[in-house]
Amino acid sequence: MVTFLVRRVLAGLVLLYVLATAAFAMMSLTGTDAARNVIGTMATQEQVTAKTRELGLDRPWLTQYGDWLSHAVRGDFGTSWFTGEPVTDTLLVKAPVSLSIVVAGLLLATVLSVALGVAAAVRRGSLDRLLQLTAIVGYAVPSFLMALLLSATVAVQLGWLPATGYVPFTTSASGWLQSITLPAISLSVGAIAATAQQIRGSVIDVLRQDFVRTLRSRGLSERRVLFRHVLRNAAPPALTVLSLQFIGLVGGAVVTEKVFGLPGVGSTAAEATVNGDTPLVMGVAVYLVFIVVVVNLLVDVAYGWLNPKVRVR
Amino acid sequence: MTVPETNPGPAAPGGAAPLPRRSSLPRRLLRNPMAVVCLAVLALVVLASVCAPLLTSASPTRSSLNDAFAPMGGSHPLGADSVGRDILARLLYGGRVSLLGGAIAVAVALLIGVPSGLLAGYYRGRLDAVASWVASLVMAAPAIMVLLVAIAAIGPNTNAAMAVLGVILAPGVFRLVRASVTSVREELYVDAARVSGLGDARIVRRHILPVVQAPTIIQSAQMFGVAVVIQAGIEFLGLGSAGQATWGAMLNDAFANLYTAPGLLVAPGLAIVVSVAALGLLANALRDALLESGYAVPGARARREKAPKARKAARASTDPAADTGADDGDALLTVRNLKVTYPSPGGESTVVDGVSLSVRRGEVVGLVGESGSGKSQTAFSVLGLLPPEARCEADRISFDGRDLRRLDRRSLNSLRGRRIAYVPQEPMSNLDPSFRIGTQLADPVRLHLGISAKEARERALALLERVGIAEPERVHDSYPHQISGGMAQRVLIAGAVSCDPDLLIADEPTTALDVTVQAEVLDLLRELQQERQMGLVLVTHNFGVVADICDRVLVMQTGRVVESAPVRRLFTDPQHPYTRMLLASTLEDAPPRTPLPDIPPTAAPVQEKV
Repeated sequence: MVTFLVRRVLAGLVLLYVLATAAFAMMSLTGTDAARNVIGTMATQEQVTAKTRELGLDRPWLTQYGDWLSHAVRGDFGTSWFTGEPVTDTLLVKAPVSLSIVVAGLLLATVLSVALGVAAAVRRGSLDRLLQLTAIVGYAVPSFLMALLLSATVAVQLGWLPATGYVPFTTSASGWLQSITLPAISLSVGAIAATAQQIRGSVIDVLRQDFVRTLRSRGLSERRVLFRHVLRNAAPPALTVLSLQFIGLVGGAVVTEKVFGLPGVGSTAAEATVNGDTPLVMGVAVYLVFIVVVVNLLVDVAYGWLNPKVRVR
Repeated sequence: MTVPETNPGPAAPGGAAPLPRRSSLPRRLLRNPMAVVCLAVLALVVLASVCAPLLTSASPTRSSLNDAFAPMGGSHPLGADSVGRDILARLLYGGRVSLLGGAIAVAVALLIGVPSGLLAGYYRGRLDAVASWVASLVMAAPAIMVLLVAIAAIGPNTNAAMAVLGVILAPGVFRLVRASVTSVREELYVDAARVSGLGDARIVRRHILPVVQAPTIIQSAQMFGVAVVIQAGIEFLGLGSAGQATWGAMLNDAFANLYTAPGLLVAPGLAIVVSVAALGLLANALRDALLESGYAVPGARARREKAPKARKAARASTDPAADTGADDGDALLTVRNLKVTYPSPGGESTVVDGVSLSVRRGEVVGLVGESGSGKSQTAFSVLGLLPPEARCEADRISFDGRDLRRLDRRSLNSLRGRRIAYVPQEPMSNLDPSFRIGTQLADPVRLHLGISAKEARERALALLERVGIAEPERVHDSYPHQISGGMAQRVLIAGAVSCDPDLLIADEPTTALDVTVQAEVLDLLRELQQERQMGLVLVTHNFGVVADICDRVLVMQTGRVVESAPVRRLFTDPQHPYTRMLLASTLEDAPPRTPLPDIPPTAAPVQEKV
């Protein structure tokens, strides 16, 4: 198990390195005049040349890359070309906002999709049809449209929850919960649809297994068979889907944050992308890949815990 | 912004994928009303977008502040937005952008995914290894990160972003195509084509592309929907091409005026939801149509189906074979006129038809017959373990004087495992892979006998030792995948006898084991049965097992008992031709696993004469 985890960590680091390098190459080799981008179209050629030197963009590409990498491995992603703030600090301030809504959305999706998926697998019939409907809604209503609809109705029209703004948990727990409720709900809809279907499928598969019949023959109650044995065996595929959904939610959060005016990584990312703010875009890219690597690692650990074949070697 | 991964459709799994009949697929699709509606909606969207200049004379981009927030009607059939642009025109022209973007994304994904998937699946080897590695790398990159970096590098350009999305989606296509190709590659007809000298290109075109085609179309519909959604998201963020009328930009305008004019959400929102839902539902309908034409009804069911009519006729003329081996009075288990039916495409198929049997305490009754004769179904009926779709009728199923059919679930569970126990056929698949052996043995014991965890552990260890396991401690702490099949069967027997049941129902307990282990397990069963004076119902197709251990035998054929006799008489003087046939084939050392059509099931059943 330990060697298995070490191997996974190494694989994650390789992924992080490869993707960061690819992103850096793409950002710096596409030929757009980054310096002019920063100081504007009105600037003179001398000003642009000066800015280019100031940003270090006149150096050979490999030097720029080596410079970025050597700082990045120490957690220093440079300063934003536009705000002049250190990228790392910006990310550290913004990440809790994004992660709040993503994790809350994922929790919501997990609870509801397990309930819906298991119920549909056991009862079938009308619950199955409800599930299919959810699946189509989840597929066809993108999370940002759901966010717009919820914002327009629940927040603006009914005034039940705030339409915009973020309250840190440390300031007020209830304020924090209110500020993330609608974003989390809008993010979770798509994830619920996809995950509930997967859970329904794997629970049905496990219910057909021979050992379930044998467990019943031993006189174990239906509830015990379902919750102790069937769910345990149906969990791994559901976990995979949930991890994919988590990564999807991180992406969806970029747009959702804009709708709800949340000061998260997503809104920063969108801004940096429009501006062509390379250090900030790179910082966001590394942050996103880092999340993926961490989530995949957690899933690997959970697999080991759920599946004795991985654990016992 | 999630990118769903399409399962390799019905063509991929298992390898034995039948070729979808190409002519029937579109027709099947058109018979599905949902598919027709979706196609109609999509056709409407395409037509409206293409014919936008014919449908409206307004410009989608010209603003006129006088018309800001104009209501519906007049020169603006759907009203105007915050700067007075005509909503209908923006909707129609926005459709063009969405369709073009979706088409670009799907085209790029297919152009990369299909050829690479075909090559990797067909030629395998290093090419496959490299392509699969690249695919998993691209898949591991979060889509949003790739899109943001690409847009930051290229600048805001909707179509370029869609092309990048196509690259992100390509690994999904690659995997689907590769899986489909790998599954048909080994098919006999492909081998035959290769042997007969057809070139690779020809084989791919004639035999492989048709299989890849259908799942790829389904996936394309899904990808198109994803592309429309992601494109709208990009435009909503203001990262799309500037100055274009798009659905995403319309949403952005609505968002900016959410407090004053939330109605602006309606048109673009509906356009996105309706188009994407139509694409998703169409993909579902396509899959259904494909499943319908691809998956035939399994042969076993079809075979069972033919029998009932003939049997019904037979029943009218002859009495059902009555098992008169024991009086109901001292019988432990009594089953009278049991009938089990399953729903099937042609109505109902009867798998057990009028079976009666009884078992006394300490008696071993064999249920013999070829596979599909209803032996296991009979056993499951007694245990209440038939699958939910099965229908079970009987004049009587009683255990120790109690009618099992009248028991509620709780009372049934207090009998199962405690007084009636079950030994399954396939040892490895009948242990829960996620729990230790010891836990699986101790749980029912604690439940039924109400003893402590420590006592249950001791009991489990004693049971393991009793069933002949050399290192009970080690096996107790092992997971099922760590022990052998023979050991697993001993564990299952230990589990069955753990609460000293009165009746043991063993469903082919030795079939899945090695020949050497078979004899040991059978000996163990007999010892335990004699030691504890259990009644034992032994389901088997093996007359050797019957001769070894049974007191009485019921011979079953296609759901009916055709002969019932004490074991000695059955071997010395078999009455029913089917019994004789089975015995003969056993003597020839050929296990009678295949149907023996020579003997019609209508031959008169032979009753035991006591």
